[in-house]
Amino acid sequence: MNKLPIEHLEKVEAWGGASDGVSYVYRPSTVPELQKVVEFARQNGRTIGARGGGNSYGDAAMNDENILLDMRRMSRILDWNPSSGLITLEPGVTLSTLWQYVLEDGWWPPVVTGTMMTTIGGCAGMNVHGKNGWQQGPIGDHIRTFDMLLTTGEIITCDREQNSGIFYAAIGGFGMLGIFTSITIQMKRIYSGMIDVHFDISPNLEGMFSFFHENVEKSSYIVGWMDAFAKGKSLGRGDLHSATYLEEGDDPNPQQTMRLEKQHLPATLFGVLPKSMIWMFMRPFMNNLGTKMINTAKYNVGRFAGSSTTRTPHAAYHFLLDYVPDWKKAYGSTGLIQYQPFIPRDNALDAFKEMLTLCQKWDMPNYLTVLKRHRPDDFMLTHGLDGFSMAMDFRITKRNRADVTKLAHELDRIVLAANGRYYLAKDSTLRPETAVAYLGQETVDSFRRLKAKCDPDGLIQSNMWRRIFDD
Amino acid sequence: MSAKRPLEPQKNGIVIGASSGIGAALVKELAREGYNVAALARRQKELEALREEVDGLGNGRCHIYLHDVTDYEVIPALFQQITSDLGGLDLIIYNAGVQTAVAHDEYNFQKDRGMLEINLLGAVAWLNEAAARFERTGSGQIVGIGSVAGDRGRIGSPIYNTSKAGLHTYLEGLRNRLTRHGVGVTTIKPGFIQTSMLDNVPKTFWVISADEAAQRIIRAADKGKQTVYIPARWGLMMLIIRHIPSFIFRKLSF
Repeated sequence: MNKLPIEHLEKVEAWGGASDGVSYVYRPSTVPELQKVVEFARQNGRTIGARGGGNSYGDAAMNDENILLDMRRMSRILDWNPSSGLITLEPGVTLSTLWQYVLEDGWWPPVVTGTMMTTIGGCAGMNVHGKNGWQQGPIGDHIRTFDMLLTTGEIITCDREQNSGIFYAAIGGFGMLGIFTSITIQMKRIYSGMIDVHFDISPNLEGMFSFFHENVEKSSYIVGWMDAFAKGKSLGRGDLHSATYLEEGDDPNPQQTMRLEKQHLPATLFGVLPKSMIWMFMRPFMNNLGTKMINTAKYNVGRFAGSSTTRTPHAAYHFLLDYVPDWKKAYGSTGLIQYQPFIPRDNALDAFKEMLTLCQKWDMPNYLTVLKRHRPDDFMLTHGLDGFSMAMDFRITKRNRADVTKLAHELDRIVLAANGRYYLAKDSTLRPETAVAYLGQETVDSFRRLKAKCDPDGLIQSNMWRRIFDD
Repeated sequence: MSAKRPLEPQKNGIVIGASSGIGAALVKELAREGYNVAALARRQKELEALREEVDGLGNGRCHIYLHDVTDYEVIPALFQQITSDLGGLDLIIYNAGVQTAVAHDEYNFQKDRGMLEINLLGAVAWLNEAAARFERTGSGQIVGIGSVAGDRGRIGSPIYNTSKAGLHTYLEGLRNRLTRHGVGVTTIKPGFIQTSMLDNVPKTFWVISADEAAQRIIRAADKGKQTVYIPARWGLMMLIIRHIPSFIFRKLSF
């Protein structure tokens, strides 16, 4: 192992802030530069991992003591066809750049994450989903083709016909097969810059489920925000935000609403408080008592206000996580993790009830709990299935790490018993045997075989790879 | 590199000069506290025995490296190799040191050079690497094992005194550079510790065991202390000795 230049050494955090590490970070801006870094890694006996926006909650985009590629300088838009909606991007293009680029031509990304700071390479690697998972699937369902650099130096083109095995494994393959160099993705036609957002509440988890059941046909997006503190008959109560695209003709002046300036998130709350400061005001409430108060107040405001519908700009509806900048800082310096299991439709209600109750029993109710609906897809390591996911945010403190770990493993038992799956972009606690249990030994073996083919020397690694899949 | 679990942070340390005495005791104590430790020394047999003993403790793991601190050229790459093997670095302790017996009328450059190279230049070679890393990452603790002997130049061991005084001043300089970056630097000044180094010392008192010394050193590092005498009473003793005027000190024979 040779010495690498110290100037590249940087501290790298998991997005949730619960763990960090140190890597030699390189920021190539072109494909030849990228190839050079890969070769450099090989010559110096180091492994190499790719990082996009760094929004994975856990260790997916970390590669401690080795080389980490920050892909955000490879951020050119290579081709755009405003009549077909097909766009070809370098992997470092963020969703923020993407939607702002296509909107005025009447298009919107078919699948977006809750923050717009993710990159398209990261989205493809983790095969992200949005609040429309049951309708649009994960982002992989909209990727037409991609080019990927293998550690052999070869750049291959993959789509549903050509190199299809790699196509279905690299999307959702958490970056372990190669490094994307370009991605072509189909945008969705829209007829207004606005979207109709419907607010509702549900007194319990059953109500949440029936809301989904009744609205999946007519809504484009649905998300449930649950109060994980509510018990008994109120278990799983919360707010529901659904949204529906406007049809052609609904918006009298779409050219106007699709202008960029109509989309920008306001810089202040109530016109006064700078949003960059909001997390400081949230900080005192980030404990069991504070969150319980907030949740109860929020639910009761929703109950009092009743259901309502508002016409909102796309950006304001989709990128709720960007609405309060740095909100994760409210969790304090030791951060948070998210646990997001995916459970088949018929088992989901019972499994989620059991999980919420278990967290309460352990006195660790999660502070943010988000319910979404999904559909199955064809990707090898997919989290997708015909069912629901429940994203649970746990605050991490110096003292509770061991307890959260134990609780997560208890939750794993419920997930596996219900034939559930996991989403690697969120994961911090998965163990190798749990991964094999939900993916199946055969799938894990096929993935390893493909990796051996694409990356024969095992140069591509990440903390997550070593934690879950390394022998 | 072993797998790292996000919710189970692993502490990692390096001990340079680990085959016996305070160094070996430090490795065992750190491992007991759950650290993964890289132990470096020149003697293979002792290192292997140490690894065996530490692995038996069942907490942190021990990695061993055969190394001569005067082999300066290999240090930058070896340092990175070690941080990679450990998976990170929180603490580095420079403990390598020799005291060669010299007569009161002996002026032997070879002996003197040997002490300076091991006690001082080796420390600079190793701790510069750690300092550069810690400054960039904004955390970490550096510990140097100096000596009460570094507080005055004495008749019996001018160069040993010089090497330890140089080490103290170097560590002070590092501390002044690095505190603002969130990095701690601790100078340890042991008195008499029950190790083979005492073989060359005619009269001893207040002797403590290497294990006890190791515990105190790690406690001082944990607390982010700047300069610590062990045992503590040496602090008072050296305060007096440092203030003995030269016209008297010149006439003393220790």
